[in-house]
Amino acid sequence: MPDANELKTRIEDAFPGAEVAVEDLTGGGDHFRAEIVSEKFEGLPLIEQHQLVYGVFGAEVGGPIHALSIKTSTPGG
Amino acid sequence: MDDQQIQDFLKKAIDENEVMLFMKGTPEAPACGFSSRTAGALNSLDVRYAALDILPDPRIREQLSALSGWPTIPQLFIKGQLVGGADIVAEMYETGDLAEALGVEQADDDEAPAPVAEAPVQQAPIGLENKLS
Repeated sequence: MPDANELKTRIEDAFPGAEVAVEDLTGGGDHFRAEIVSEKFEGLPLIEQHQLVYGVFGAEVGGPIHALSIKTSTPGG
Repeated sequence: MDDQQIQDFLKKAIDENEVMLFMKGTPEAPACGFSSRTAGALNSLDVRYAALDILPDPRIREQLSALSGWPTIPQLFIKGQLVGGADIVAEMYETGDLAEALGVEQADDDEAPAPVAEAPVQQAPIGLENKLS
């Protein structure tokens, strides 16, 4: 079962230098919320920013990770 | 109905409905908080949209994600393009970008509530449910 720390580490590995916070919304290890501040999002439409994050987990989102709520931003704001 | 036929049906639904929402449950009886919030944003903008419940058969969701490359439900399409899931729709609603993408006016919080639309908002069930047997 995935936990919030594992998700955080995997996002940090994929977005070097990013500020990452992951919360387990239900405590059940399947509904998470991730907040990510990364330069990588600069200039990208929201949908592509979220797709980058979903891409870290592939088919696990919708599988063992039932829901991953995402909030992305760039260091500039 | 095989997987390809389901995907073809989904493609057609996306092409033929200017605003197409795939959700868990229905706009009247959403079966998940994320779907409920997304339908709620559309309802409060008084736009007409088609909605499809993905729950009746797991293949609907599988084929939808295969088509869109988006792993979760809900998924909102406007004019054939994937706009995003619940988080993006909520964020776009707050910034006014959703109203803009839909070509409607968003009532300002400080102003009187928008008048009731002359024609009620209609959600067209598109009936895949009946074709899956």
